[in-house]
Amino acid sequence: MNILEVNDLSKIFHLYILHNKKIEALKQINFTMKEGEIIGLTGKSGSGKSSLMKCIYRTYLASSGEIIYASRSGNIDMVKADDHHIIELRKNEITYCSQFLSVIPRVSAVDVVCENLFRTEKDKQAARAKAKEMLEDLGLPTELWDAFPVTFSGGEQQRINVARAIIAEPRFLLIDEPTASLDTKTKDVVIDLILNLKKNGTSVLCISHDEYTLDRLVDRRLDLHLGQIAAVEMESN
Amino acid sequence: MTWNEDNWLLRVRNLTKIYGDPNDNTLALTGPAFNSNICPETDSIVACADISFDLYPGEVLGIVGESGSGKSTVVKMLYFDLEKTGGAAWLTPYQDGGVNILEESNQRKRYIRNNLMGMVYQNPRDGLNFGFSSGGNIAEKLIMSGNMHVGKIRERSSDLLNKTEVPIQRMDDRPGTFSGGMQQRVQISKAIANNPPLLFLDEVTTGLDVSVQAKVLDLIRELQNDLGIAMIVVSHDLSVIRMLTNRTLVMKNGRVVESGLTDQILQDPQHEYSQLLVSSLL
Repeated sequence: MNILEVNDLSKIFHLYILHNKKIEALKQINFTMKEGEIIGLTGKSGSGKSSLMKCIYRTYLASSGEIIYASRSGNIDMVKADDHHIIELRKNEITYCSQFLSVIPRVSAVDVVCENLFRTEKDKQAARAKAKEMLEDLGLPTELWDAFPVTFSGGEQQRINVARAIIAEPRFLLIDEPTASLDTKTKDVVIDLILNLKKNGTSVLCISHDEYTLDRLVDRRLDLHLGQIAAVEMESN
Repeated sequence: MTWNEDNWLLRVRNLTKIYGDPNDNTLALTGPAFNSNICPETDSIVACADISFDLYPGEVLGIVGESGSGKSTVVKMLYFDLEKTGGAAWLTPYQDGGVNILEESNQRKRYIRNNLMGMVYQNPRDGLNFGFSSGGNIAEKLIMSGNMHVGKIRERSSDLLNKTEVPIQRMDDRPGTFSGGMQQRVQISKAIANNPPLLFLDEVTTGLDVSVQAKVLDLIRELQNDLGIAMIVVSHDLSVIRMLTNRTLVMKNGRVVESGLTDQILQDPQHEYSQLLVSSLL
């Protein structure tokens, strides 16, 4: 079964405040994604990887085309769906993990990780225990668990960001550069955590520049070039 | 739970407020296209016009825009502080959403306000009675919504002050002796005292210093997570909107120029004015 079907997707930014400039970020993108598949999105900076991911999550409004997501309750076009429907899907099925952690003031590292879990898990202590386990796996020093992440290093914030995205085991995960700025050992932990999600049925779209991550993680690569799909490669493993 | 479009909590259609005597051209000659909300023919002022939206249970909706764009007018009409010129609103916990609450009698409006809504104003003086103690302010709201047992009222008041981090020993002090941030937290306690399904927040962190602001925002986030209250957050501050809301209406010259998911409004604004607003973000 396909979890995602992208048909003739285009995105043009119309910048009124920049002399009406138009920027064509995505041109006629077509691809499908099977349930439980991990697709690696590759390409140079500026090739449209993040734009594509944000169109799927509806952070960007696509200019034309359709993005059919097979939700638990039926197919839905992410381009046209009502905002409230998207909010519901984001709560229950689709998680987006950006490259950078957007910190929440005065909330501890553990609670930042737990935020999505608190929605379903009413037992806060149980949720926190799960978060701590994950932060331990990711090698985040215990003395940081109750601290506020705003002052953390890039790598520390990144691990919190990844933990936060995967802890509630989303059905469909969009993840941008999950292993950038991490050492090899921590990279492996992150890769294993994502592979573990896949084992439980999660479909993953992952942006990465890192050959090692792509080799270990993805089933298939989509290579973007100037807003178009330049190549589709199957991984041999 | 899957989304169901019939599951709305508050439905608002064509809500309009005009000061003065408008004529048939007033709406056509005002708004963002004219960069004005003053009718050139009648000098009437269109504070807001044709505001329509649905709010779902537990949803947090932001209304953002510059001073004078009409954002406060919208919530003040819904809380019955201002009389509408036109439009309708329905609230599902009231008569199963079958009655336009804006057309109800004053007595019915008071009932709705005291039992089904809460409001937090920018200025604590608008939401609190400075002649009463902080505990007395909360008690006032509880009594108006039908609670009469003194012991229970006191217990609920101290619970609420505790939750909002106002020291219990100051329960019998008047809000005039409190700091601005504390006054705001007492106001929030009062607004949520009767467990309303709907809370309006009008520029609640404006004028507070950043650490106090963070504390108030923190409290509001906690109320969202723990109690699942639906909220309408009015603010000119995009960081507040980003932190608190799922969905946002952008207003200018009394009209909604764009509505969408908050992250979409902030990262891919469609309207010229939204683009200007977002690009002005520090």
